[in-house]
Amino acid sequence: MTGLRVQDLSFAYGPKQALDAVSFTVEQGAFCALLGPNGAGKSTLFSLLTRLFTTPDGSIEIAGHDLAKAPGKALAEIGVVFQQQTLDLDLTVHRNLKYFAALHGLSGRAADAKILESLEKLDMAERANEKVRALNGGHRRRTEIARALIHGPSVLLLDEPTVGLDAASRAAIVDHVHSLAQDGLTVLWATHLTDEIRKQDQLVILHQGRILANDTAQKITGPNPLTDVFLDLTGATA
Amino acid sequence: MSPYLTSLQAIITREALRFIQQRGRFIAALVRPLVWLLVFAAGFRAAIGLSITPPYQTYIQYETYIVPGLCGMIMLFNGMQSSLSLVYDREMGSMRLLLTSPLPRWWLLFSKLLASTAISILQVYAFLIIADLYGIRWPTLGYLTVLPALILAGLMLGALGLALSSFIKQLENFAGVMNFVIFPMFFLSSALYPLWKMAESSELLHDICAWNPFTHAVELIRFALHASANPTATAATLLATIIFLGLAFWGYDPARGLIRRKG
Repeated sequence: MTGLRVQDLSFAYGPKQALDAVSFTVEQGAFCALLGPNGAGKSTLFSLLTRLFTTPDGSIEIAGHDLAKAPGKALAEIGVVFQQQTLDLDLTVHRNLKYFAALHGLSGRAADAKILESLEKLDMAERANEKVRALNGGHRRRTEIARALIHGPSVLLLDEPTVGLDAASRAAIVDHVHSLAQDGLTVLWATHLTDEIRKQDQLVILHQGRILANDTAQKITGPNPLTDVFLDLTGATA
Repeated sequence: MSPYLTSLQAIITREALRFIQQRGRFIAALVRPLVWLLVFAAGFRAAIGLSITPPYQTYIQYETYIVPGLCGMIMLFNGMQSSLSLVYDREMGSMRLLLTSPLPRWWLLFSKLLASTAISILQVYAFLIIADLYGIRWPTLGYLTVLPALILAGLMLGALGLALSSFIKQLENFAGVMNFVIFPMFFLSSALYPLWKMAESSELLHDICAWNPFTHAVELIRFALHASANPTATAATLLATIIFLGLAFWGYDPARGLIRRKG
């Protein structure tokens, strides 16, 4: 079973085509980096993957569930970390996660156990009772990743999750999420930063709503640095 | 517990916690009607003569007349406040979290609506207690019979706020809601003056007031506070609730692509 399958997906904001026949597949347990400059269509793709909006053009399958035909089942398999932070700053880490657990129908001890488990995965268990406002940017992001894992999704979507973080926090989060993929989670990681991508990762390069390349990073770049290949493909200059 | 009830409980708890943290919002919600009651009503009392119309069976003071309208005002402002907070949530991203839950979107929105209604009912009861201390009292049974009326009125005004929030693209546009929704709804209603009084000055204005769903919400509350029923107001408020809810659900339909950000 594939983790994520996107087939001929198109979307337009009025006359502006944001996505044009986008197709790619991410196998279960793979780390797929979706690389594209600002305005490439990454956030639009994420909005479609999370059903914030829908399109009649194309299809999305998550862990075997068609998002249009069985949205409940498909959404239950997704964990999402949005580009914008979506934590309630005045609530504790635990209460933020408890709220999210309830939105997925988890309550009581079952929810507490899942919350503890996902916080431990992200080394955040000791901060469970701290208010989010007191956390630094890196810890807030880890909290959001932990939150996205509570309901045991098989696919984790992250939309530029390292924006605004310092180098050390960025590296730690990239490491954490790679290790989650090694444990069997399918990961789609949108970014415009080439240093977050490893040679063995699947790499999808998106530019102006179209896919320019889709293979392992190693195969796409060959002996060249990814930054150079990316700038060449997208026609940008360093 | 069913996932539906679990999510409902969580959404209500979250709204309640937010409300408790925003003490200024609670105070503002009470100060606004109290200013009308203690200051404006005192001035208007001499200017506006009231005849005996149902549900009143005797002459009443103007302060007594406007209390149901001020209860409606609390709910109207609360509905718009929650609409504002929905637009804010959408801009800040937390609305995305809610809408990506696997539970049906209509249920999540309805839960939000119930949460906002529960908070506005608390505010109304706090106001009624202060009004009672000021000497404006109702039949004891009225404090109980007003509850279903407040639930229905709160749902209608909350649904209106929800529908508006789906059509407002940016927080900055919210000022227009004040000018084009809140003020006309409040002033073109029976909240401050009885409709027969309005008819004396303009039949057209009277007709507009009679069609205003907020008028029916206020009359529903007025009759319920006197432990009596007003079938017309109940039916009109219910109908408006259904229409506003339908609009809200349509407004938040993912096919409409409400939360659009270019990436």
